[in-house]
Amino acid sequence: MKTNSPDSLPADLAADNYDEVVARVDYDFGVSRRSFVKVLGAGLLIAVTLPAISQEEGGRRRGGGFGGGGARMLGARIHLGQDGTITVLTGKVEGGQGARAELSQAAAEELGVPLAAVQMLMADTGTVPDDGGTFGSMTTPRTVPAVRQGAAAARNLLAEFAAQQWKVERQTVVMRDGKVFDATGKQSLTYTDLAKSEEVAKLLAQAIPADVELTPVKEWKLLGTPVLRPNARDIVTGAHKYPSDIARPGMLYGKILRAPSFGAKLISIELAPAKALNNVVVVQDDQFVGVAAPNSALAEAALDKISETAKWATLPQPSSAELFDYLEKNADGGAPVNPFARELTGAKTVRQTYHVPYIQHAPLEPRAAVAEWTDGKLTVWTGSQNPFAVRGELVRAFHLAPENVRVVIPDFGGGFGGKHTGECAVEAARLAQAAGKPVSLRWSRAEEFTWAYFRPAAVIQAEASLDAAGRIATWHFININSGAQGVETPYAVGKKNCHSVASKPPLRHGSYRALASTANNFAREVFMDEVAAVAGADPLAFRLAHLENDRLRAVLEKAAHEFDWTTRIKDKQADTGIGLACGMEKGSFVAACVEIQIDRKENKFKVSRVCQAFECGKILNPANLLSQVQGAIVMGLGAALREEVKFENGRITTTSFRKYPVPRFDDVPELDIHLLDRPDQPSAGAGETPIIVIAPAIANAVFHATGKSIRALPVRLAA
Amino acid sequence: MDTPINFTVNGKIRTVTTDPSRSLLEVLREDLQLTGTKFGCGEGQCRACTVLLNGESVASCLTAIGDVDQQAVVTIEGLAEGDKLHPVQAAFLAEGAFQCGYCTAGMIMGVAGILKKNPHVSGAEIISQLQKHLCRCGSYAKYEKGIHRAVAQNGKAHA
Repeated sequence: MKTNSPDSLPADLAADNYDEVVARVDYDFGVSRRSFVKVLGAGLLIAVTLPAISQEEGGRRRGGGFGGGGARMLGARIHLGQDGTITVLTGKVEGGQGARAELSQAAAEELGVPLAAVQMLMADTGTVPDDGGTFGSMTTPRTVPAVRQGAAAARNLLAEFAAQQWKVERQTVVMRDGKVFDATGKQSLTYTDLAKSEEVAKLLAQAIPADVELTPVKEWKLLGTPVLRPNARDIVTGAHKYPSDIARPGMLYGKILRAPSFGAKLISIELAPAKALNNVVVVQDDQFVGVAAPNSALAEAALDKISETAKWATLPQPSSAELFDYLEKNADGGAPVNPFARELTGAKTVRQTYHVPYIQHAPLEPRAAVAEWTDGKLTVWTGSQNPFAVRGELVRAFHLAPENVRVVIPDFGGGFGGKHTGECAVEAARLAQAAGKPVSLRWSRAEEFTWAYFRPAAVIQAEASLDAAGRIATWHFININSGAQGVETPYAVGKKNCHSVASKPPLRHGSYRALASTANNFAREVFMDEVAAVAGADPLAFRLAHLENDRLRAVLEKAAHEFDWTTRIKDKQADTGIGLACGMEKGSFVAACVEIQIDRKENKFKVSRVCQAFECGKILNPANLLSQVQGAIVMGLGAALREEVKFENGRITTTSFRKYPVPRFDDVPELDIHLLDRPDQPSAGAGETPIIVIAPAIANAVFHATGKSIRALPVRLAA
Repeated sequence: MDTPINFTVNGKIRTVTTDPSRSLLEVLREDLQLTGTKFGCGEGQCRACTVLLNGESVASCLTAIGDVDQQAVVTIEGLAEGDKLHPVQAAFLAEGAFQCGYCTAGMIMGVAGILKKNPHVSGAEIISQLQKHLCRCGSYAKYEKGIHRAVAQNGKAHA
């Protein structure tokens, strides 16, 4: 039994509704300018003109939505080797979120072969189809069905091929254990036989039929099971090559000169001290200055020598101390006013403002790239969530034809929405161009904390009124600066006015796990507790009274039940606080109850338990899903408790893990996670949504324990 | 000034002639092509670069290569015996303990170092000594399971 599934997408996943926030560094190493560049000595390069680097100052741009046309031809998705290998090609990347396992499962399931028979070739723009960037929880709802369709089409090809070979009816051919058999079970053929046939090239040149039948959920053997990452063994042995680990013959190590603050312009620099060093390549191309040397220590020493001579023009820049006033003052067209203001006379109203700071993704592997030029063609290995967009950056920066640029993304060390861009790839390529040798560029931790983009800061204004029955009559909710994701309320309210407005961001900002949904869910869920308090209602009962979405209601009820909320809220314990929050995003649903312990003497608190219920439709890989949920909770904990980027006049001051502490073993509370499987619902992505309830649930627990509302992140107890 | 430095890495004698102030991490990665040991922060705050120096776990980013002269270094590449994984590697693999895996080598070397010092240490005791190890994917709960599994395996081996 086969069905035509891939499951219709929820409306909020439609590509044109999805707006990634991307602030690219648009380097331009113009071709016309290159003729002014002289090569002197052994690969030493000196620019004698000063071309421009146009650096977008935190500008917000459409990132092209989902992007990527995927594979039209079957051969673009699946390669059948005559040696028996089956290779599945995808433009998706593996940054720890589990795409490699999940896509392998999807392919093997539909091909009817064991998992080990399939190898994934991911994110090599020279070979794979453009499946769009790996963000927005899109791999599960879009690429898994696309891979399944391709694999199912290949399976049908094998069956048809066998039927022709045996001159039997197609329907009599059955698939079993990775082979097709005839009705007698005596004759069999494999994908290897198909690969060796003369027709294979023609067959694989066919378009993947959109209506190919997929294996229904109840017949799944591999999808829905806990499958390990296929290259897991290489991770524990250290054999896997991350982007930072790629080595090429004759490769040099690079370092880039960074401005002392945002907006600073280089006026002059003496390159001679670095050029005097043996084997050091020095490049200046207007504002771009970098060095490359046979080892990193030498490259750093060379950069230090010329850094000392650099003269900069700086501009006054805002500081984190004035951030929220600044964002509010610069709100595009001013913050919209409450259109229901006139109706509020006599009604119970609540009005609050919430602040969410800039934070950093801080993936453990800093940005890294190895660039190599061969006969005017460029290959770059780098860690990015968007291989084809990185290729586009290289094409623009070096004025190359797209076919002359190949970007390869080895499985890399964490992204979390922070690696959508390719500036490191462009910088490495510029150094390699100058050196005439491959160059490896690995950003330092301080560079990562300063020059990578940030999750946008937000000011959120909320105002609600209650009717005589204690229900929300009007709801006014405005996000300034951080975006529209999650700005709508999932609650049934009388009248609502939910908007996001842009501001003038002082830092370069971009996507983050769940985008603006983290800020909007924080403000909305904390505000809900404040409104519930005015209504004299229990936070759980107040939410349930306003919830019409069954799936959201189900996770909230599940978390509350497992946490024993109703009993615990009636029986308040000294120095213990409990709080809850719920939300939905990109087709998945989440609720969390948390418990905190307050240390009144030290005026601090610890999160002791998180009870979370999460539902993302049919579960594809429960082990990987659990990892994603656990990871999102821990990352959410960091944003709730400590993480905050500080800056002073355009200079980031939180430039190390010491100054920007992220969660460690000690911080991890008891995790009580409930994954609700819904085989009747399409599978949605899960890397993002589980984070959105953590900060508000913690803030609400503090409110419960202290009676004082928390209206800013990170959560701090009143002095 | 470049100086010859003799030390063993994973049991093999190596000589590098280099600036003795360079870090052990950099020499392992750039001169010896042992890239299993990772750079995470360069200041001892994340421990992705953990190796064993004379059996003790250290941050290789904070260890000068000059100080390693005549010493013995073990990296993640030298932990398995042929195809047989070290119990900590096997346990982390069985639990699928990691996500991106970039901290994993350091985490394994940290746990292996603690177990080497005291084969009878408890899982809880190991975890309490791993505060310096950072996993930005937040895979701590699975690492904890992996550590308990490794301790159980190790206990059998030393029973």
